This record gives sequence, C-alpha cells and structure tokens, in this order.
Amino acid sequence: MREITYSQALNEALRICMTEDERVVLLGEDIGCYGGIFQVTKDLQTEFGPDRVVDTPISEAGFVGASVGAALTGMRPVTEIMFIDFTTVCMDMIINQMAKMHYMFGGKGKVPMVLRVNIGAGRGTAAQHSQSFHSIFMHVPGLCVAAPSTPYDAKGLLIEAVKNDNPVIFVEHKRLYNTRGMVPEESYRIPFGRAEVKRTGKDVTVFATHALVLSALEAAEEAARDGIDVEVIDPRTLAPLDKDTLIASVKKTGRLLVADEDNKTCGVAAEVSAIVAEDAIEYLKAPILRNCSPDTPVPFSPPLEKSFMFGKDRLLESVRRLMAYA
Amino acid sequence: MKLSKEKLLSFYRTMQTIRLFENRISDLYARGTVPGLAHLYIGEEAVAAGVCGALRPDDFITSTHRGHGHVIAKGADLKPMMAELFGRRTGYCKGKGGSMHIADMNMGILGANGIAGGGLPIAVGAGWSAKWRGTDQVAACFFGDGASNNGTFHESLNLASLHKLPVIFVCENNKYGISVCQLKHQPIIDIATRATSYDMPGSVLDGNDVLEVYEAVVKAVRRARTGEGPTLLEFKTYRWRGHHEGDPNQGERYRTKEEITQWMEKCPIQRLAAKLVTKKIASRQALDAIDREITTAIDAAVEFATQSEFPALEEMYEDVYASEDMAK
Repeated sequence: MREITYSQALNEALRICMTEDERVVLLGEDIGCYGGIFQVTKDLQTEFGPDRVVDTPISEAGFVGASVGAALTGMRPVTEIMFIDFTTVCMDMIINQMAKMHYMFGGKGKVPMVLRVNIGAGRGTAAQHSQSFHSIFMHVPGLCVAAPSTPYDAKGLLIEAVKNDNPVIFVEHKRLYNTRGMVPEESYRIPFGRAEVKRTGKDVTVFATHALVLSALEAAEEAARDGIDVEVIDPRTLAPLDKDTLIASVKKTGRLLVADEDNKTCGVAAEVSAIVAEDAIEYLKAPILRNCSPDTPVPFSPPLEKSFMFGKDRLLESVRRLMAYA
Repeated sequence: MKLSKEKLLSFYRTMQTIRLFENRISDLYARGTVPGLAHLYIGEEAVAAGVCGALRPDDFITSTHRGHGHVIAKGADLKPMMAELFGRRTGYCKGKGGSMHIADMNMGILGANGIAGGGLPIAVGAGWSAKWRGTDQVAACFFGDGASNNGTFHESLNLASLHKLPVIFVCENNKYGISVCQLKHQPIIDIATRATSYDMPGSVLDGNDVLEVYEAVVKAVRRARTGEGPTLLEFKTYRWRGHHEGDPNQGERYRTKEEITQWMEKCPIQRLAAKLVTKKIASRQALDAIDREITTAIDAAVEFATQSEFPALEEMYEDVYASEDMAK
C-alpha cells in the first residue's frame, strides 16, 4: 500500500487490465500523448501503442458505437467521454444499443465495455462542462453505474468494471482526481452492488455519493463533537444498488439524509428516498432529507457557482435538522 | 465475372426465400398472427443476396429495421426467425426482440436495429475488432438513404477510413425515408458521392441486379480483407410494400401507383430467373422445384412458431444483465 491520487489509481487499474488482457483497448478524445484531460490515461499510449490507446476524432456517437460493436465481437473497450455533458451526443449508442443489446437479443450478445465519464462543478466551466446527471444512467435497465469516491475504490471498481461482462458507465468526479489515499499495488476487484459503510454511527444515516462522501465524513466528525453519531454509507455502485445496507442502516438510525450532486428532481437522491419510503418508512423518526444541486443549469459567475455547490456545512445543517426530531 | 451454376442458383434461392418469407409475413400480419411492426423487404432482395453471397460465415453484418432479408441472406434459420416474429420463446431473441432486433452471434448477425443509422458505428466496431484480434473478417453494414443523413453515417465513414477498417458500407437507396422522397431529404442524387469526403471508393449500382451487387461487393470485400479500408456502395432499389405493413395502399399517400408498378417490372428475382432460363443454367421447372422447397420450409417455420410457447411472464426479468446478480 502507498498513497496515490484517484487519477493515478485509475491509471494503474487501466495499466493492469491492459497488461493482463489483450482484448482491453482504450478509445477517447485526447487520451494518447495528452494523457486524457484529467491525466487518467497518462503514458499508456507510450506503453501500449497507438493501436490500443486510440486518440479518436471528436465523434462520440462514432466511437462509442464502435466500442459497442467491438465489445459484441470479442473486445473489451474502455472508452472515455471527456465530460459527462458530452454523452448527450451519443445517447442513442448508450441507451438504445449498449444497454439493451443483451436483452433485445435474448441474452445472446454481451457488451463488456466501460464508458468512463466524470461529473462535478467548481471549475468555472458553466453549464456544458460541469453537470452531474449520472442519475440518467441509473434509470436505464441494462447499465451498471459505478461511482467511486476514493482512490482505493476507484482502482478496485475500475478493474471490476473492465472484467465484468455488462456495459458499465463509470462515473468519476473532477474534484476527486487529485485526492490521495492508500491503494494496494496489486490487482483487486470491488464487486458491484456492495455499499461500504465508510463510518458507523447510530443516530443518522448519511447516504452520500462521490465527493459528498468526503464531505459527509467531515460533517460526521463535527457532529460527533455535539454528540451526534453519524453513519456514512457510500453505495460505490448506483446500479446495482445495495438496498440491503441502506435499509439496515435506516432501521438502526431512523433518520436519513441523502447527498448527491445531481439535480434534486428525479435524481439518485429521489430514488434512494423512495426506496426507504417504500421499504422502511415505519422505522423513520424524521422526514427523509435530500441535499442535491439546485434544479438549474450550472451557472458560470463564481459567486453563483459557489452557491450552486454544497458540502460539509449543508450536510451538517441537515443532520442537525434531522436530530431536531425526537 | 464467371460464376458457377451453384452460386447463381444460390442467389435465386436466397432471393426467393426472402420474397416468399415476406409474402407469408404480410399474410400472417394481416391475420393478426404477427404482432408489432413488420417492415418488409420485398423488391430489394438482390441487395441482401448479393452482399451476403460475397461474405464468409464468420464475417459480420449489421442490419436495419427492414432486416428480414439481410439476416436470411446471412444464413439465419427460418424457424427461430418466424418464432421471434410470433413473439415466442423459441425465437432468436426468446421473443424479447421481435422483427427489428433479430441477431445471431454465431452467424455474425450483430442485430437488426430499430434506430435508423444505429448499425453503422457498430459495424465499424466489428471491423475494428477484427483488426485488433488479427483476423481477416469484414463487416458489412446495411442502411438506407434516410440514414445517410444521420450523423452516425458521417462519423462511421470517417472513422473507418481513418483507420482503414474492413467495413463495407451498403446503402440501400429505396428512394424514401418512410414517406419523404430522397429529393426532399437530401440535395444529392447519388449518396455514393459522399465517399469522396472520406477518401474511400464509392459506387452507384443497380440494386435490382444481384450479379452487379455481388461483383461490387466481392471487390469491396477483397479491399477490406487486405487492409486497404472501407468502401461505400450505393444500391438503387425500391420497396414494393409500404414503409410497414398497414401503411395505407402501400404508401400511395406519398408515391404513385405508376411508380410502384414501374419498379415491380424491374423485379430482381424475375430478372435473374429469366437469365438462368435463357442461358440454360436452370429450367423453369427446376426453379419451380426450388420454390416448392422454400414454401415447405416456410410452412415448417410457421408450424414451429405456432407450436412454440410464449415466454413465461417471469422471463421478462431475465437477460437484462449478462449476469443475474447485477439485476436491480
């Protein structure tokens, strides 16, 4: 184990998968000598050559569709979309082709591919480079959706994503790329559908995703000073979703805060809240609260963007509101 | 190109299988036996037969919403095909795909596709995959004049040419995107001219002449297998039926009866049959015997489909994921 960044952990996962399996190829814009916009594919083209690490034209429908065709015929492509915002131009390939082929073909064709995307505001890049609409993919049957919050999870989930026979939307987070954490050097897989309790507590469950897991842990430390014992659950994959861990935690604490950076309406937090309302409402001592991004496009002006975003303080405030219910 | 008697007869057999299969579907659809949508390929048989006749069993195709002809020509078995159209569990897709999603990985059939232009990038990926895996397989990609306006057409030609991928782009120009005639949906007559922009050969061909189709594809396949890259072939043809079964009067809202009749006179099957008889390659009786064999096979397929069960209701939840533990 040594400390590396989230982006280095992803890079290491790709290197391991490419070394172990010749069927693994990388496609994406500027992933070659440029190393990818967030340096996740740094040096891989030098190491594995331009045939396996392919700089594609700006042609998302073309190269995502080509990844589907390659996956269907024996390859394991890992394809980068520079920002989740750009998946909109290849949504047919994702939703109608990649996600549905296995089902439409009666289980005959597998599409073992990974589509890497990233979310998160805070870089002054406005409404088309900062979105967090990962919930859309959670909505589509046939897709797995991974959501790593730490370098350790990033590596283990990406290796699992590449080796998994299902199409995976691998949702990274811009503000996490440079965060550091302990990561084993060897290969390891984190199975999909298993949440991790990142902190145990008995008073409030905070179900948080991506960067908000870190915010939730900070909020939990502060709350502890007031004697509030917060449990933090990181789903790690949104599809499949580990409902058992969620429900078990809510049954214990009776209070739920869901924190997710997608817009509030119809997002991850709405779904998680509904699950708890359906399956464990009798255990709740307080209403379910959601901390999400506002239902607006991401604004450009720095004060507006700052106000659009939220973290530890908002979560702490919500935790305290939940504790106000006896 | 000198072709063997067997090859010539195989074109006849394939085209006639498609025609008689589609005629049967038309009848069954009218009776309510085939649910959903049926986009029939009648009139365009020479394209599928000529293209797939030039492919190996391990080559790939991607097909369209009008895909019955393509998959039959690539070697699909009529029984699971008919069963799929009936929505039965013995169908190619266990009754979950239907007419627009017939696929058979063992035959290189990477799926008919309900999205116009959806198959093009997938064929590019199959060709790319052959290159990565070091095989000399090729991918043929069927699409229509309508799909040639979709971004995926341009992106796919660009990618395939840039990487010299073994792909044959097969444009079936049947003059209409549903009801909109070509003159109203693009400012060009020949779609093949678009090949120029992507630095690949492009040809305009008679899509109702199976021999012309075959020869062009043989050349394109040779180019693809030897690593020289893709080709765009445009086949002018015509669908005799409406866009789908149930399109009023076979599309007379947007085209004339005269136009339909003129194209019916260019029937690709009758053209080949006349040639075979005139050149004494086969007698009329021998062709009739082939027709009877095909009819018997279609009867058997209908019987198979009729006798097959519908999927059990719980099967709806199967196959969403490649491994069941991923299910939500």
